Amino acid sequence: MNRREALFSFGAAAAATAAVTHPAGALTLEKYPTQMALDPAFAPRPAPRVGGQMRVLVNDIDRRTLAAAFDRLMPEDEYGPSATQAGCIEFLDDQLAGPYGAGDVLYREGPKMAGEDALMQAPQFIATPRERYATGLAALEAYAKEHDGASFADLQPNRQDEILRGLEEGAISLSPEVHSKAFFELMLNNVREGYFSDPIYGGNKDMAGWKLIGFPGARYDYRLYADRVGEKLDLEPVSLIPRD
Amino acid sequence: MATNGKADVVIVGLGWAGSLMAEELTRAGLNVIAIDRGPWMDTSTHTPPAVDPDELRWGIRKELLAKPKDNTLTFRNRTDQVAAPQREHGIFELGGGVGGAGFHWAGMAWRFSPWDFEIRSKTIERYGIARADDGEMQLQDWGVTYDEMEPFYDRFERIAGISGKAGNIDGVIDPEGNPFEGRRTRDYPTPRLKTLRSMEVFNEATARMGYHPFTIPAANLSQPYVNPLGVSMGACTYCGFCLAYGCGNFSKSSPQACVFPVLMRRPNFKVITESCVIKVNKAADGKTVTGVTYVDNQGREQIQDADIVCVTAFQVDNVRLMLTSGIGQPYDPATQTGTVGRNFSFQTISGVDMWIEGEVMNPFIGAGAHGSQIDDFNSDNFDHSELDFIGGAGILTLARDGAPISKAGKLPAGSPRWGSGFKKAYQDNYQTYTTIFNQGCSMPVKGGYLDLDPNYKDKFGVPLLRLTYDYAQSDRNMAKFTMDRSIEIAQEMGAKHITPFNFADKPFTTAIIASDHVIGGAVMGADPATSVVNPFLQSWDCHNLFVVGASAFPMNAGYNPTATVGALAIRAAQAIHQTYVHNPGSLVEG
Repeated sequence: MNRREALFSFGAAAAATAAVTHPAGALTLEKYPTQMALDPAFAPRPAPRVGGQMRVLVNDIDRRTLAAAFDRLMPEDEYGPSATQAGCIEFLDDQLAGPYGAGDVLYREGPKMAGEDALMQAPQFIATPRERYATGLAALEAYAKEHDGASFADLQPNRQDEILRGLEEGAISLSPEVHSKAFFELMLNNVREGYFSDPIYGGNKDMAGWKLIGFPGARYDYRLYADRVGEKLDLEPVSLIPRD
Repeated sequence: MATNGKADVVIVGLGWAGSLMAEELTRAGLNVIAIDRGPWMDTSTHTPPAVDPDELRWGIRKELLAKPKDNTLTFRNRTDQVAAPQREHGIFELGGGVGGAGFHWAGMAWRFSPWDFEIRSKTIERYGIARADDGEMQLQDWGVTYDEMEPFYDRFERIAGISGKAGNIDGVIDPEGNPFEGRRTRDYPTPRLKTLRSMEVFNEATARMGYHPFTIPAANLSQPYVNPLGVSMGACTYCGFCLAYGCGNFSKSSPQACVFPVLMRRPNFKVITESCVIKVNKAADGKTVTGVTYVDNQGREQIQDADIVCVTAFQVDNVRLMLTSGIGQPYDPATQTGTVGRNFSFQTISGVDMWIEGEVMNPFIGAGAHGSQIDDFNSDNFDHSELDFIGGAGILTLARDGAPISKAGKLPAGSPRWGSGFKKAYQDNYQTYTTIFNQGCSMPVKGGYLDLDPNYKDKFGVPLLRLTYDYAQSDRNMAKFTMDRSIEIAQEMGAKHITPFNFADKPFTTAIIASDHVIGGAVMGADPATSVVNPFLQSWDCHNLFVVGASAFPMNAGYNPTATVGALAIRAAQAIHQTYVHNPGSLVEG
């Protein structure tokens, strides 16, 4: 039973008038649905644990490599915490464990043709984000081992930056299986997501990302402030996380 | 295969077009069954304030949209290429549930200009036939004029409660509104939205330059409102979570907020959800249709018979249904014969990103359609005699873009993209950023069309739609021209850092979201040789079939399409219940 069936069968059981009928098996709505509670599937989905057990990033070497890369993309400095301090590893693990990591929205039918990337003017993937992290992190570690004789996580920050910049600019190819420039962009997008999304997803701890730029978060009403045009408002950010 | 009871009308897709038609037709007493691919969705059950302000889930992951996995297209620029599927969310931002894209849209609620509806005639009249027939473009009139559309635009604006300020009521020009707009019979139902900082700077600069700034008409309501159906809406709270989001506040117009509360209570209406129509069924005589075939939520094929079929899905799905149903002659780009798939068009986009030092824009305050525009370089509002293009763009600025993940990429040229340098640059520039977006027209080209892909299929085994398209040279020239104008405006606005952009200086692609306004393929017109539907959106081939949506536009204007979709839907529905049902047959001479 999917979530829709669950919702509507509950509604049908609760309401004797049965606003929802199933003639010939189809999901038919007649009259306004009487079930007015929030669809549980639409309620905010908190990351199930913060700082606890990893579900996808379970390989210690992969996780160290990722943490090192993330903390160069978003380092600890006078502007705020690092990516790992802000919870971006926990954030990404949760994302990769869910529908995003599984490529749930992607059209993944083959074949992927030779000219596809050029035609679309953007790299195309049949692989899921989860698969791309598995191959990308292993290739990044192998690259560091081969060229520097050490783990990526143990390199000097300057050298880590040099390798990351090489990926970003397309100057370094980690392996034939990894679109290295796109892998860099995947990490950059995800670390930004972790740093600037609602803390309910495990990152942006203490709303550090939002405080960095002055974004007030999950507010829903600015009518009191809209007329204060051009004025610095210094609003405290709020999160979807319930407060005691 | 099972058959439900026959309906008077079956509606395929319950978005803006489907719900507006269903409202008209049920009010006239017809029994209407709508079939929608998506699940039921509504304000309080799916997108209340506790759910909505979440950029990651709605803005980035786009969870309200239909998934490319279930529904995508293939794309190529030219017929000598093999088309590839659009694998991630690209320019096709179809709705995931009932309400369609009308549930997650931003809310810009434009009327097209009088010139747009008569683009071929007016271009020939003012500039000569060589400008209209330049060898590449395929210009044709709509078969309906702006003045004929006016009452239906008015009706849409009333149902949706649009906030704006008229610039032309019965020919009297009011400089507070858009002085270039077509003649209106009355003002918008609710006043324009507040003027926020980016708009203020834009308005002052463009006025100094001699242009005519005005506030964009918005389906984000400036005050409480009760529409003609008796549905009450709330005032916008300027939360900024509109485009790709629901609205928890009943202040963004949508089928849910404006139509469903009445439609769903009517005893002569029902909607079959999570059921995808895969075919319109033709009668043995080939002159009419008998209903539709759909796959229900348990994967079973079902038939819904009806006297009248209204195909009101998203533009691309309307065209695909016509092709998979074998109704009408598919377009052949080599000979420009056939009609189904003809005249795909898009939106030609250029503009500037800018950063004005010392400004406090408070970009988190705003709404989806919140902004200012000038139409001095839109439509045929300026002389094109010495220019190498026709048409133009709405040159606009927005008060809405405060979402912190997506805005992280909007930094002055040369700013670091990561590291401490990025954090400093983002802190310094989050409040100073604004943009000018040139929403340009899109002229159909002979080589731009939609057909069925020979290689890729959807989850039901139905071929994907294939798009073959690249920008017209006229549009490329227009985009460059308007980009140059936007640079001048940005300089006048006092921007120190200006980054121009022009999507039309490269080949078109579906993967980079310049706009999500996809148009044409089942176009309307007065000539059956060049149109799929007549001026009432009635199929030339099967008179009890109506194909309604942006699929009917023979070109795209320098405006968002939704209000025109709504007006066409209301007009078609009124023609059905006022005329067609009393005397079924073609509503016009072909």
